[in-house]
Amino acid sequence: MKTRNIHLIALGIVATTSLISCGKQSSTSTGDRTANALESYVAPGEKDEYYLFYSGGHSGQVFVAGIPSMRHITTIPVFSPYSGSGYGYDEESKKMLGEFTWGDVHHPALSQTDSMYDGRWLFVNDNSNNRIARIDLRDFKTHQILGPLPNSSGSHASSFVTENTEYLFVATRFSIPFPKGRVADPKDYEKEFNSALSGIKVDPKTGEMNLAFQIAVPPIDFDLASTGKGPSSGWLFFTSYNTEMGHDLFEVNSTQKDRDLCPIVNWKAAVHAVADGKATPMAGVPVLDPAKVPGVLYYVAIGKSPHGMDVDPSGQWIVAGGKLQPSTTVLNFEKIKAAIEKKDFDGDFRGVPILKYESVVEGEVPVGLGPLHTQYDGKGNAYTSMFIDSNITKWKLPPWSDDEKKDLNKVVLDKVPCHFSTGHLVVAGSDTKKPYGKWLVAMNKLSAGRHINVGPAQPESSQLIDISGEKMKMVAEAYTEPEPHFAQILKVSEIQPVEVYPKEENKDPNAVWDKKDTGVTRTGTDVTAKVIAIRSRFAPDRIDAQVGDTLTVHVTNIEQTRDMIHGFAVNEHNMNVVIDPGETKTFKIKLTKSGVYPFYCTNFCSALHQEMQGYLVVSNAGQPLPGAVYGNPAPAVTPAAAPAATAGQ
Amino acid sequence: MKKELSSLLRREFRFLARPLNLWSRLLLLVAAATIVTSLFYPLWKMHLVAPQYSDGLDLFIYSYKIVGGGLNGQHLVEINNLNHYIGMAPILQADFLEMRWMPFMFGLITLLILRSVVFGQMGNVVDLFIIYCYFGLFSIGSFWYRLYQYGHNLDPRAPMHIKPFTPLLLGSKQIANFRESSYPELGAYLLCFSVLLIVLAGWFSRKETTR
Repeated sequence: MKTRNIHLIALGIVATTSLISCGKQSSTSTGDRTANALESYVAPGEKDEYYLFYSGGHSGQVFVAGIPSMRHITTIPVFSPYSGSGYGYDEESKKMLGEFTWGDVHHPALSQTDSMYDGRWLFVNDNSNNRIARIDLRDFKTHQILGPLPNSSGSHASSFVTENTEYLFVATRFSIPFPKGRVADPKDYEKEFNSALSGIKVDPKTGEMNLAFQIAVPPIDFDLASTGKGPSSGWLFFTSYNTEMGHDLFEVNSTQKDRDLCPIVNWKAAVHAVADGKATPMAGVPVLDPAKVPGVLYYVAIGKSPHGMDVDPSGQWIVAGGKLQPSTTVLNFEKIKAAIEKKDFDGDFRGVPILKYESVVEGEVPVGLGPLHTQYDGKGNAYTSMFIDSNITKWKLPPWSDDEKKDLNKVVLDKVPCHFSTGHLVVAGSDTKKPYGKWLVAMNKLSAGRHINVGPAQPESSQLIDISGEKMKMVAEAYTEPEPHFAQILKVSEIQPVEVYPKEENKDPNAVWDKKDTGVTRTGTDVTAKVIAIRSRFAPDRIDAQVGDTLTVHVTNIEQTRDMIHGFAVNEHNMNVVIDPGETKTFKIKLTKSGVYPFYCTNFCSALHQEMQGYLVVSNAGQPLPGAVYGNPAPAVTPAAAPAATAGQ
Repeated sequence: MKKELSSLLRREFRFLARPLNLWSRLLLLVAAATIVTSLFYPLWKMHLVAPQYSDGLDLFIYSYKIVGGGLNGQHLVEINNLNHYIGMAPILQADFLEMRWMPFMFGLITLLILRSVVFGQMGNVVDLFIIYCYFGLFSIGSFWYRLYQYGHNLDPRAPMHIKPFTPLLLGSKQIANFRESSYPELGAYLLCFSVLLIVLAGWFSRKETTR
């Protein structure tokens, strides 16, 4: 039964030979090159047809590229400070980032309504610090970071949205003693450690996320998930890879069994159970024990250390990528439902029934080595990324003919080599009920010298594949910084982001729009400046303060013209905020050293951008400059008397 | 000689005394309605195109207001913002005296038309035509002078020095990186049409005699 060793040998041979043989050659002929080039060519001045939202992995960011050009268009900072857009320097974004300066973005999910993208939000997880963030597609900015989530560690199986974005679901790849902070010996892993599946409620109007409940599960380490739709509406499907409950030498100890227990969750039943008071609070969260609430959780054992778990557009077929076996496993939701009704179980795992494998599986498709993720084109085809074989394999979803069932090799339709070791892949709209089809992007884990040599730190490679025909066609490739794990593709025409923040929508109480309302005031050692930025000046352009003061600057970019972005950097104070048209940003600096520090516009704005500057004058405590215009330190000016301090301008 | 002269002018006097027939009066009513309608449409449009503004910046001039193109009239703010680099004073509606008296004059002319409809004499139509034409030419002249002032009273401390200029009233020309095009809009066409209607009103009654 143990075929593991053979696979590992095969892995070694295949990986080595593919790297050697594909390093330099190109399999496309000249005629194809021209045709492919035209397919992905977007002429200067023309626009791409789709957005590609890449997760940025441990860069903590989200990258936005265009399809078919594959050009990188912008970076949305999420979990890491990004001086390019001043993210993590102003008070609001600093508060969102909290104590962390990075995150590990894995799986972006577009919000959905009726199992179709509604173009409102993009949710991304932080695998390292158990957080989840919401990007608003109205302005392509991060608006909320939730977490770290209690009772869990390593939110890898995240973020997955339900059909109408009612909930986001999260499961963790690590197990820890509950509640977080409790210490237990990893040797007592089976007894003392746990994982949790978390349900995060999303406010349908604002998108505000709140942790609603958790389901405590044994420490079997979850990988990925998918939400049901159509017939499987209200259900969730996860993969796990440590049914062995190993806690050390994981590579070996978590891979001993041929199959791993994958949770199938009736999330609507879980919501009802929580509402009925069947949960016990832990660390402030209602936590369900699935053994005590029948009907919420079932397991099915799937081979082997399965990675991706993807529901097809119809909602009937669920495909698990058997990372360490040469096949994908296709589950039939109709059969799952029947098995649950008939209690067709194969024992239980800690009081939770295990569905009989033979009763729920439709077939194991021999796609090749290292199947990870599966995506769909909505025309009955599935596309699986093959990490070890380094290709994308196209195969036919059920229903299969009797002939095909006898030899499932017959449903494998096409393979296209990728360079190299494809991890994730994305088909445009695959997780909706009506995929756009047409394009597939393979996100490869190794680029291994395909690109111009940039030294030992190598970029990741992405390849654009046309799937509109019977045979897949490799069209273009691009390189990204580390490290896309998954992506979402959205048609450009489905959203209309703002290009400036309309003045009337700026509700910041410290926004000022007219020079006469600007100025500097002082209360004790708190110096507050209200500043406007407009081509090509700041008003005021002099701020006086003293050592020991805390300087707060509220800067409003009063432009209403697109791309008239201004920056505000203070020399040698580690400060740069970037203010979009119509936006107000607030930053604080503790002044600890005397001197005159220029501040200037960092975001090139106009012909006189270089002249857009001012001075922060920091006098020694108690020794203001005789001519100090703003914020005279004595006598203390109360906010009510503030206009007096600005009279000098 | 004196007799000849007076007999010569008698023809003109007779012409001025000619009554207006129904057609002429109807045409005058339409002319009045056309003038009132024109108030709802811009008279003139200035369109500025530069590499950075490939869609262009628009200014729409009405008889009583200036409106920038774009969301919330943003183009006017933008034009003023750009003009500060060459030291041009901001274009402010309040500075256009014309925009106070022009609506008044259009009201007056509409009333004069209605007066002609009621009084129904060729002389009224001639008065109307002359006053209207004078008003129209004066407005255009006044507006041109306004443009001249904007382009010639440049702040000497402005960051960029350019040769004083008069923004174009009609046609298209290059000013620095901008291509400026200035053309009449629907409002102005409606006003021209109303002048034509007044002329036609006179024409249709040119042979009318008193019964």
